[in-house]
Amino acid sequence: MSKERKIRVLVAKPGLDGHDRGAKVVARALRDAGMEVVYTGLHQTPEQVVEAAIQEDVDVLGLSILSGAHMTLFPRVKELLEENNAGDILLIGGGIIPEEDMEELKEKGYAQALFTPGIPTDEIVEWIRNAMESKTSSA
Amino acid sequence: MFKEDKLNEIKKERQRWEEETLPKFKNRDAKFVTVSSKPIKPLYTPEDIENLDYQEDLSFPAEYPYTRGVQGNMYRGRLWTMRQFAGFGTAKQTNERYKYLLKHGQTGLSVAFDMPTIMGYDSDHPRSVGEVGRCGVAIDSLADMEVLFDGIPLEKVTTSMTINAPAAILWCMYIATAEKQGVPSTQIGGTIQNDILKEYIAQKSWIFPPKPSMRLITDIFKYACEHVPRWNTVSISGYHIREAGSTAAQELAFTLADGFAYVEAGMNAGLDVDQFAPRLSFFFNAHIDFFEEIAKYRAARRIWARKMKEKYGAKDPRSLLMRFHTQTAGCSLTAQQPENNIVRTAFEALSAVLGGTQSLHTNSMDEVLALPSEKAVRIALRTQQLIAHETGVPNTIDPLAGSYFVEALTDELEREAEEYFRRVDELGGVLEAIDQGFFQYEIADAAYRYQKEIEENERIIVGVNDFVIEEPLEVELLKIDPETEREQARHLKELRENRDNEKVQKLLAEMQEAAKGEDNLIPYILEAVKAYATEGEIIGAFKEVFGEYKEQPIF
Repeated sequence: MSKERKIRVLVAKPGLDGHDRGAKVVARALRDAGMEVVYTGLHQTPEQVVEAAIQEDVDVLGLSILSGAHMTLFPRVKELLEENNAGDILLIGGGIIPEEDMEELKEKGYAQALFTPGIPTDEIVEWIRNAMESKTSSA
Repeated sequence: MFKEDKLNEIKKERQRWEEETLPKFKNRDAKFVTVSSKPIKPLYTPEDIENLDYQEDLSFPAEYPYTRGVQGNMYRGRLWTMRQFAGFGTAKQTNERYKYLLKHGQTGLSVAFDMPTIMGYDSDHPRSVGEVGRCGVAIDSLADMEVLFDGIPLEKVTTSMTINAPAAILWCMYIATAEKQGVPSTQIGGTIQNDILKEYIAQKSWIFPPKPSMRLITDIFKYACEHVPRWNTVSISGYHIREAGSTAAQELAFTLADGFAYVEAGMNAGLDVDQFAPRLSFFFNAHIDFFEEIAKYRAARRIWARKMKEKYGAKDPRSLLMRFHTQTAGCSLTAQQPENNIVRTAFEALSAVLGGTQSLHTNSMDEVLALPSEKAVRIALRTQQLIAHETGVPNTIDPLAGSYFVEALTDELEREAEEYFRRVDELGGVLEAIDQGFFQYEIADAAYRYQKEIEENERIIVGVNDFVIEEPLEVELLKIDPETEREQARHLKELRENRDNEKVQKLLAEMQEAAKGEDNLIPYILEAVKAYATEGEIIGAFKEVFGEYKEQPIF
């Protein structure tokens, strides 16, 4: 394990809302769990987010959205990832997302996992590690 | 407040009690700290307030230093204003919600704008896709503002608008709407949040760099003095600082530091402090730690009065008064068992009333999931009415004064705030401290520490890390129709076809020229607004002159 490169994560704030408490807490927790974390800062367009994800060569892209624009932004980011041959980047997210919308986003493959308020950061760490392991073993 | 020999006796007795009596009782396994991680002692006694001087530190309501309240008879004269923050979809939909709230006994309006409006984009801008009408009402031009207040008499209702970077524009739209109703600007009352400093610090809805942003704010101060004297020109906000994860002491200190920065900006712009200070208002969070919050409000009033008098030389008593709005803490609500949020909100609202707030918003139980439904909003409003009419709390003024615990906490928060003021001064002031990420790091550290405490079960959040149940969610959520976005875009298209475009372009060009110089920009904005220039067009014109703010992303 020690020779393997660290898991690389981009934490991104697409859209216009400025609520970055959750994104920053998650970014720190992932860093504390030994991952390489890059944070985009606020008010990013989907294009900027995907460009950063590719440039930073990340394994995981986490979107934090609290403005209600999740049904627009997740599909757009997914679409751009695929257009840029980066569809293998795990796309996850969190924020204020109603149950129904979460199911739809996951069903349609716009997000592989969504973490809502109150979920311990450990659960996110664990999910990422498991997903990365199954990705490496299946590759 | 106590005689020395009495105090010595109490001290001796307290030591004896700690050695002999207290050890007989076993503590349960818990950390005794506030929500801000401040350690709390098992017992407070006269010793903890031995230096308290009644006249100097507390005095009487409506008298310096205003610790006990800003009105002489507080809620015996008039209850606080019950002001629920609301806005979603189109201006027409929100107008209906306002009429519903007024019918149910709400006494003031509070406008929530959607993200494109807050960030200065029109609804048909590419950056607005998916965001129109989602977390507030979409306002693009004076035409929308006219619909928003249709049938609501602006000479009677006061309105608070949560708008910051583009505050001047939305304020001008409001002034123009009132004028169309036949109400002169000297008669309207309300508040614009207009607090850009806390945007850089916490809420992060900025557009322009600090310098031109501060100029717009001082232009508003000047214009209001003469033309809109009943308007609160800024609502200096701790709410968002707290929501971003700060402690109570940080909320208090950073908010007041911002307040002093506005005072200095106004004075540097050539105004006399007493010309604009009476119209400065504040906005605090009511978090879940009951006593710490009450102490925070009391300390805030005292610090403001002292600094305004001693440091800034204010002479008008109204310049010394800290009047504030309070909102219960959104960040204290849980997605799990959302009905419990009604109870949390009730405790928080009670602390705000005991702390002497002038107006209050109570959150709805479902706000952690989506925009609130009508029923959830009604329960939230009823919570305030219950406090006002059933609990008996408003019968007397500042009922917790003299509590050893509350007075000691009030003093401690004041000391902590002073320490922060000193550190901010050392960094070269608020703008310098923002530039260096000082506030941002302080808040991120506190937020992370809090999250860790929950995850390590040092802190119990009911329904989240204890008393958990698996249950299907049964609250009904408000849905925003995607049609809203298309409807707004259609309105804009019609507007651009029907207005005098030549006039709009001319006014925008004049406004840009003025932005390059030193003229007060408000009359220019007002003229452009009246000609139905859109918010996005006005902001766009200013961006060409002022540029845009870029943050250094840190975590």
